[in-house]
Amino acid sequence: MATLEARNLNIAIPTGDGLVHAAQNVSFSVEAGELFGIAGESGSGKSVLAQAILGLLPTAEISGEIWFEGRDLLTLGSRDLQKLRGAHIAMISQDPLSCLHPYYTIGSQISEAILTHKHIGKTAAKRETIEVLAKVGITEPAERFSHYPHQFSGGMRQRVMIAMAVALNPALLIADEPTTALDVTVQAQIVELLDTMRRELGTAVVMITHDLGLLASVADHVMVMYAGNRMEIGRRSAVLAAPAHPYTAGLLASSPSNHAPGTPLTPIAGQPPSLLVRPGGCAFAPRCAQVMPICSLERPPERAFADGSHSICWRESKAPAPMAPVARQTGTRAPVEAGAPIVTVRDLHFGYPSGGPFSKRPGVEILKGISLTLARGRTLGIVGESGCGKSTLARVIAGLVPASSGAIEIAGQNIAGLDAAQWHSLRKTVQLVFQDPFGSLNPRRRVGSIIGDPFRIHGVASGAERHQRVRDLMATVGLNPEHYNRFPSEFSGGQRQRIGIARALALNPSLIIYDEPVSALDVSIQAQVLNLIRALQEKLGLSYLFISHDLAVVRHVSDEIAVMKEGRIVEMGDADQIYTSPQHPYTKSLLAASNPLPRLKGAS
Amino acid sequence: MTAPATDTAPAVVQRGSFELTLRRLLRDKAGLLALAFILLLVAFALGAGVVEAWTGHSAFEQYRDTGLTPTGMPVGPGAEFLFGTDGLGRDVMVRLAYGARTSLTIGLLASVLASFIGVSIGLVAGYFGGWADIVLGRTMDLVMSIPVLLCALALVSVFGPSVILSVAVIVFFSWTTIGRVIRGQVISLRQRDFVQASRSLGAGPFSIMIIDILPNLSVPIIVYTTMMIPNGIVFEATLSFLGLGIVPPAPSWGGMLAEAASNSIYLVAWWLIMIPGAILLIATLSFNILGDALRDALDPSGRPARKRRKASKP
Repeated sequence: MATLEARNLNIAIPTGDGLVHAAQNVSFSVEAGELFGIAGESGSGKSVLAQAILGLLPTAEISGEIWFEGRDLLTLGSRDLQKLRGAHIAMISQDPLSCLHPYYTIGSQISEAILTHKHIGKTAAKRETIEVLAKVGITEPAERFSHYPHQFSGGMRQRVMIAMAVALNPALLIADEPTTALDVTVQAQIVELLDTMRRELGTAVVMITHDLGLLASVADHVMVMYAGNRMEIGRRSAVLAAPAHPYTAGLLASSPSNHAPGTPLTPIAGQPPSLLVRPGGCAFAPRCAQVMPICSLERPPERAFADGSHSICWRESKAPAPMAPVARQTGTRAPVEAGAPIVTVRDLHFGYPSGGPFSKRPGVEILKGISLTLARGRTLGIVGESGCGKSTLARVIAGLVPASSGAIEIAGQNIAGLDAAQWHSLRKTVQLVFQDPFGSLNPRRRVGSIIGDPFRIHGVASGAERHQRVRDLMATVGLNPEHYNRFPSEFSGGQRQRIGIARALALNPSLIIYDEPVSALDVSIQAQVLNLIRALQEKLGLSYLFISHDLAVVRHVSDEIAVMKEGRIVEMGDADQIYTSPQHPYTKSLLAASNPLPRLKGAS
Repeated sequence: MTAPATDTAPAVVQRGSFELTLRRLLRDKAGLLALAFILLLVAFALGAGVVEAWTGHSAFEQYRDTGLTPTGMPVGPGAEFLFGTDGLGRDVMVRLAYGARTSLTIGLLASVLASFIGVSIGLVAGYFGGWADIVLGRTMDLVMSIPVLLCALALVSVFGPSVILSVAVIVFFSWTTIGRVIRGQVISLRQRDFVQASRSLGAGPFSIMIIDILPNLSVPIIVYTTMMIPNGIVFEATLSFLGLGIVPPAPSWGGMLAEAASNSIYLVAWWLIMIPGAILLIATLSFNILGDALRDALDPSGRPARKRRKASKP
């Protein structure tokens, strides 16, 4: 008997805008000891499924059945559900810091969970807690028992969360994006730990993630969700290596690791649909590359394939690879004539002095001697994990914060000793594109005025001329110029990042600094934006400084890569060389930790 | 497997933020009631002349024949005087209407001025930080630590009571609240990427404060300005009650209460306390409830009362 089985699950959540159909006719089952992956982009309804299983959606309209250990969870009362939660069904969430109480030691939090569901003494609970902490790989568990959450690093905190979840040996463990907030090297360890736990304890694990690469190494079965629909379900090898649904195939194809560096990616066109409307046909039809007339008229049937996978699609055969995959080869990029350097950074230091004018605390040094050069028309990628100082480096080079020591020259001009007028004119040369497309656009201003800001600030164009130039910019980055008068909140993530890029292009800069431009975007949208960034460089001859934590993305766009760790550049060199023959042990561990997607058939 | 019937209306209405706010406001019954009362009160105040003409009573004239009993006591609510008369035989309703004019004008004027000063100082302190913040922040602390009534009494005894002085005193003592709120909001807003983006485009501090930050403060400004109006009204009533605000015989709510209390006439004429008191109470309550409702409507995320989930926008 399956540990968890959902049958024809429909979830609708009432909101101010109307009913959101977060799940439509979703069925799946998870066997004991199995690792079941649910993949999908943001808004595909995958987290809502987890909340429905745990009974955490009191206002939602849910129909269907969720069977767990012979009981239908949807018919249980809140007291029964409460008994199940924690003891039989455990949950791990994305952000361990917000789930651990900062005032209690981690040991007391785990023992409390044990004491709530088991009738044993306090010392026995403590013993069990220490055992489980040791099991999840926390060294010196007896000592760590009395430590507080802030004394643990992000990865260790997630281990504590896992310890808390498995302490009562639950039959089902739901992990909702368990590694999204963690660094690449730590991600791999956490996934491995989850894998070990379920093998040792026989716990069924449902892992929800947007990252197909993460599932590629551990999942037994994979379910792909899109707009609340179960698009495809099947064994991992079947779904990821030979996808049946065009959506899965498109997702896999849009990842940079399935492309030769420097070639355009194959994005899925368009935007995810609104969940407020239930389309008459297939939800994916408007974006599908293999769309047929019937797709948008009638709901697609479920098809079973010989390898055991099921897809919901009108196509009778498996999805073809959405493009003729470019044979992977190195050095496809035409060597650009390396011109005069646009940026030269020499022995750059940056630190926060102290806690305030009255504080005697010593400062914290973020950047410890960075030197780099970027030639005109080239792209330098900067990779590193969170806290390595890469975003600070971007802000220092852009001149937003002054360096403590060292020299930065942009287009031959040292930016340290500029007066207000020179600083003002330098702004035309250097532009920044920010990570968070939601935070970098003023929510209270219209898109037309946001993109027109550079013209306003520099007094370049006004009135009808500014209007026209803004419209031209919008067309350049692939936005509909008719959306001139909309607010940023009316756009999706990818479109907002296009607005940010349009604003950066307005003054014809020579250098654009991208600070994690695609890390907040879904894979299919990420490919669209990366293609745009590339196309603009070819068309306008721009120089890029491209900062990201994602090695595959950086490799795809960069000529050269600098690897940063703890405020220093540990390795710098040609992109392919870094990728194929890394020298520094840290670069090697970064490469080893990234989960390359399985190659699509044909992409040798 | 039965596929659920699909909806036939495919149009997703993209609602503007104004429309959404309005919808949330319309769902709030208490807020609507408060708004209705305030509108009624504003109409009452604006139509003070109409009230005067309709009753045929002036606000200042003493109706010794009809407005006082043969023993010289005030007349209770009745057909001739709807809310009764006061100790001098004046019509309470007409005086209330004119008093509402004074109270609302002072309340509105004072709160707008106070929020203008508070927002300006909060913006500067929050945006520049450092020494500007230390100096302005301590100034706010200083103002907050001055005993309000003592200071008001001293000022009035020096300059003599007047409307302008009342407004000035109210403004001086109420800008700090909104100033602190704005300062805190600005500190968090200036860290946001869109401010950094404007800086990287070369925008100056003035342009960033006015164009980038100020529009994002509209919610706290609206809410706190609304919430300051009742404070101003009560403060004016307090000053008038103590004889420091509006100079008699000009009608004001506080003054009317003071007159009723001064010669213990309220012991026989309850309406002299109850009616102005009730209007003062309901007016301040309404403004406070409206302020609360506005906050809920403008910024629903701050209230976890109703569970809602954001849908992906088309």
